[in-house]
Amino acid sequence: MLEPITPVHFLLLSAALLLVGTIGVLTRRNIVVILMSIELILNAVNLNLVAFSRYFGEPSGQVFAIFVITMAAAETAVALGILIALFRNRQTVFADEIDLLKW
Amino acid sequence: MSQFYTSTDHFVLVPAIMLALFGCAILLFDFFLFPEPRQRKWLLAFLVLGLVFTGVGLWRQHRFLAESGLPQITAFQGTLTVDGFALFFNWVFLAVSLVIGLMSYRYLEIEGEHHGEYYGLILLAQCGMYFLATGTDLITLFIGLELMALCFYIMVGFLRTQKRSNEAAMKYLLLGAFSSGLLVYGFSILYGISGSTKLSEISLAVANRDTWDPLVVLALITTSVGLLFKVSAAPFHMWAPDAYEGAPTTVTAFLASGSKAASFAFLVRMFAGPFESTRAVWEPLLIAVAILTLTIGNLAAITQENVKRLLAYSSISHAGYILLGLIAGNETGLKGVAVYILVYVFMTMGAFVVVTALRRAHLIGENIDDLAGLIHRSPGYAIVMLVCLLSLAGIPPTAGFLGKYYIFLSLVQTGHYLLAVIAVLYVAVAVYYYFRIVRAMFVAEAGPSVALASSFGVRVAAALTATLTLGIGIYPEPFLQLAQLPVMR
Repeated sequence: MLEPITPVHFLLLSAALLLVGTIGVLTRRNIVVILMSIELILNAVNLNLVAFSRYFGEPSGQVFAIFVITMAAAETAVALGILIALFRNRQTVFADEIDLLKW
Repeated sequence: MSQFYTSTDHFVLVPAIMLALFGCAILLFDFFLFPEPRQRKWLLAFLVLGLVFTGVGLWRQHRFLAESGLPQITAFQGTLTVDGFALFFNWVFLAVSLVIGLMSYRYLEIEGEHHGEYYGLILLAQCGMYFLATGTDLITLFIGLELMALCFYIMVGFLRTQKRSNEAAMKYLLLGAFSSGLLVYGFSILYGISGSTKLSEISLAVANRDTWDPLVVLALITTSVGLLFKVSAAPFHMWAPDAYEGAPTTVTAFLASGSKAASFAFLVRMFAGPFESTRAVWEPLLIAVAILTLTIGNLAAITQENVKRLLAYSSISHAGYILLGLIAGNETGLKGVAVYILVYVFMTMGAFVVVTALRRAHLIGENIDDLAGLIHRSPGYAIVMLVCLLSLAGIPPTAGFLGKYYIFLSLVQTGHYLLAVIAVLYVAVAVYYYFRIVRAMFVAEAGPSVALASSFGVRVAAALTATLTLGIGIYPEPFLQLAQLPVMR
């Protein structure tokens, strides 16, 4: 017999996503990949929110998830804009080559 | 059944509406009405007008609270709460935006990146700050934080042809977005604990749980890492010196004053609200963070040659002092936090106004050497810088002393003697690096004289910040009453 899926399962999955995202942010060189890792973290958040919202039968968690998705889109837009400006001046997307300021 | 948009809701929302309205209006006017570069002064006028309208809205809230004797006005079913805490911080943000707007005009012309969007972004960032101080709901707080942060990412990278500005914006954005992600992960756990996004209900749910409940601890740790990133406390301060150095100087001033004050409003709201019952968990953590912040901020500042970078490390160390007030946590401590933030924004902006005036065409003017002999070249600005530096170091009769006094008093009252001793010792270190700048200004040989980039706005900003920095120290009574606001519950 299969066990029913409980909030704990979702919590574990989202914790795993958070971990993968955090490791990605800390170890990757390519800024685009770092941005993708940040998206992973935000998706871990969304998973949590929606799972809890279903568990409580209360809608505000889903509303929150929609706001998180919106903010993630806005943040990515600004990030790519800055990255393009940076690439025009430096011809690189690698975080460790951006070293004009002491990191 | 509750009404959808009551008059109370409107009353609470008016300042935010004004900020958003004028912010968007400036973006449109820049495009349609005032496309010529020399017409930009009208955009600055609109910024000031928007701040006046915001101020009227705040003043009406202030009067209402004072006359009715109510502790707070809640709106949108407890999503927004105007209490003394929110009012106090919103007054601070208003003053900050005004000074930043005034000092920016000439500087942006010199940098050759004078665009109308800048003034719109200031107002929109302040709109985010309004929700950070007023919000009592996780969703509202998150949106407010992101609105403010997005405006700041753009402003830090505003000099888009300069490599330093690009780099600063990129680093600030990556670490800022990462910390927001951790913060909102903590929020999702808090929602899971309580089944509600309202801070009041979360407080109850957290208080009902065991102090060392693993979910509560996870939420506490992820949320506080996110918050400590935002206030640039060590070990999460790495972004601050880079972002401060690379950003346009006026934006650095805004970042050091407005963004930091708003983040602290958020931090105090969270720690004195939902997390108050878990004090046993976070107090040792925050003590460690505060000591580390004071150590790194003060010791790293000693060797800096760039004034902006030096002030960045100094602002990190000030974050440590403000955290100490929160650690003490009694009424004096919270009042100390308020006084310190009030004082801190003015003295920091004052120092940055002078650095802004040093930037001239073909001259970056950010190094300590660039300040050499300033007293002979431009005595007025040298005096402003001196007042602000004395205040940053915490020497009476300037306002900085007052802030430190309340923090130390609260530490002694709550029996944190060792912390108080450490904090006082670091004041001595701070005096050393601030006086390196003072020595350069007053003792060092003056270099070739180039007139400072002064203008009416810069002079007003300098006079305002210096007067307040000195004034709060000499005649503190009205300002202490203002700082009493957040403590009244």
